[in-house]
Amino acid sequence: MKIVVCVKQVPDAKDVRLDPKTNTLAREGVESIMNPYDRHALEEAVRLKEKVGGTVVALSMGPPQAGEVLREAVACGADEAVLVSDRAFAGADTWATSYTLARAVRKVGFDLVICGKQAIDGDTAQVGPGLACRLDIPYVTCVRAVTGVDGDKLELQRLMDDGYDELEMPLPGLFTVVREINEPRVPSLKGKMRARKIEITTLSGGDIDADPACLGLAGSPTQVVKVFSPQFNRDKTMICGEVEAQVEELVAVLEKLV
Amino acid sequence: MSCVDYFLSEEQQMIVDVARQITDEKIIPQRAELDESETFPTEILNDIAQADLFGLYIPEEYGGFGGGSFDMVLALEQFARGCVGIATTFAASALGAYPIIISGSDEIKQKYIPDIAAGRKWAAFALTEANAGSDASGIQTTAVLDDGDEWVLNGTKQWITNGGEAQIYTIIAITDRKKGPRGASMFVVEDGDPGFSYGKKEKKLGIRASATRELVFQDCRIPKNRMLGRQGTGFFTVMRTLDLSRPGIASLGVGLGQAALDEAVVHAKHRVQFGKPVISFQAVQHILADMAIQVEASRAMVYATARYIDSGARNISKESSMCKVMATDMAMKVAVDAVQVLGGHGYMREYPVEKMMRDAKILQIYEGTNQIQRNVIGQALNKEYSRN
Repeated sequence: MKIVVCVKQVPDAKDVRLDPKTNTLAREGVESIMNPYDRHALEEAVRLKEKVGGTVVALSMGPPQAGEVLREAVACGADEAVLVSDRAFAGADTWATSYTLARAVRKVGFDLVICGKQAIDGDTAQVGPGLACRLDIPYVTCVRAVTGVDGDKLELQRLMDDGYDELEMPLPGLFTVVREINEPRVPSLKGKMRARKIEITTLSGGDIDADPACLGLAGSPTQVVKVFSPQFNRDKTMICGEVEAQVEELVAVLEKLV
Repeated sequence: MSCVDYFLSEEQQMIVDVARQITDEKIIPQRAELDESETFPTEILNDIAQADLFGLYIPEEYGGFGGGSFDMVLALEQFARGCVGIATTFAASALGAYPIIISGSDEIKQKYIPDIAAGRKWAAFALTEANAGSDASGIQTTAVLDDGDEWVLNGTKQWITNGGEAQIYTIIAITDRKKGPRGASMFVVEDGDPGFSYGKKEKKLGIRASATRELVFQDCRIPKNRMLGRQGTGFFTVMRTLDLSRPGIASLGVGLGQAALDEAVVHAKHRVQFGKPVISFQAVQHILADMAIQVEASRAMVYATARYIDSGARNISKESSMCKVMATDMAMKVAVDAVQVLGGHGYMREYPVEKMMRDAKILQIYEGTNQIQRNVIGQALNKEYSRN
């Protein structure tokens, strides 16, 4: 089975700060890590490979330094690493990202795609499902267990608010994972040695035959106008006096609001 | 937190990183529970195996990483920062494997070492008996060659780390009492060998995640080729094994000392008394300063000794004993000081330092008490200065 795992490099949540002047994420000096949900996705892919055989390809879209998370993925059991990187991808929202990833995943080839439920920086949880739609394959989100692998279909448990669903998904397909699915392994020494030497395949917009109009900022219908920490400054007014007077004053305040 | 730059190679830094991640993600979250319930850390050993660290010190031709004493010291220091009980369990497998690596034939190495390197099987080392602790010459377990093709073992080994959990045991037994120190030989005994069983499981002050048990041999029969090296070389193998393993025990002291220092400083920064964090009081600062000095001095000594051993030096008994004494006496003192800095909190089992204090004590006792180490050092000095 050829399994593609999408991994994203994100700022370590422990260090995240907003720059109060620009209202953007202060990335300077903030350590980058593999998106925690993606660690679980990778672990599940490696376990599936160990069970039924095949290869695991870690794939990341991002700037050249995202190669670090790909090396980490190799240290944790991925066989190959693919970096999808091009200046033209900058500013991509989830629509453009899923388009780009779909082109890349198709280029790489796959039987199964596994993603983390969401990334801890954007928190949209849209890229996994978006990618499946672009690839025109079935998908299941928030998978908490893979209970069976049977040739061309998987048995999955999808976490719900009030329990879980048991589902079958034909392959090729895609699922996204929640943390409960497994306990990710620590990289091995041999894995780290391999990761140090492995050649990361880099794919540009041209390599995946992407339409420039669908990439990056140009291909993104949504744009982040402002990022800010909500301020909850409440104005307090005390209404005093006789009960009837208080009621009258309160009604007047409410009427002004509506 | 920060320590002197010891100019580790890229590979050595990788070992530290892998061991650190196991410690932070697997060992520290579980240590209190494993200690409290005296549970053997099977899952964590499997994590360590999966990360290839069981093969760290094992030659590449037997499936290992081909590392030396220093590589082992780096990994053990990290594990001990999390839990000396778990680190001891890991180290004890190495202690059980060293005699095979040192004195085993190629055939016997091929049979046992690859499984130990992969962490598929664990090893244990059995020297101590009821009447043979510091005085190894008191060994009463015997091995007799029966009909020329099987050894028959009789006796009881005591306080054996990994006893009942390991699958491979290296045992010293008397093969010819008349020959004194040249009358002992080493053997490999496997879990399940006829006549081999486990006795009492000990309840201990500290390192409670580790298993400590009696090994009982009642007409235990093993094939003739399970002897390690030639007949009568048992003590040589034991001494060489302990020379190699002592820096590992020293590094457990360094790891524990570092952990105790970390806990003490963090607590002192947060604990407010008389309107200030207690770290602002010189009485506390001086305790912390002394702890930091001792931890770093011990680390420097242990690293230097391990590198010296890896350089191929032959006479390493004195140096190996010196670093064991230094780092383990330090660990005991620093752990006691950490409890003092945490005060009432430190005495509570909710905080990790009381466990560190309980765990530290064994480091001064096992693999040769610190008094025996001083004997070794004293005798070596006497010999060195007699040469001129």
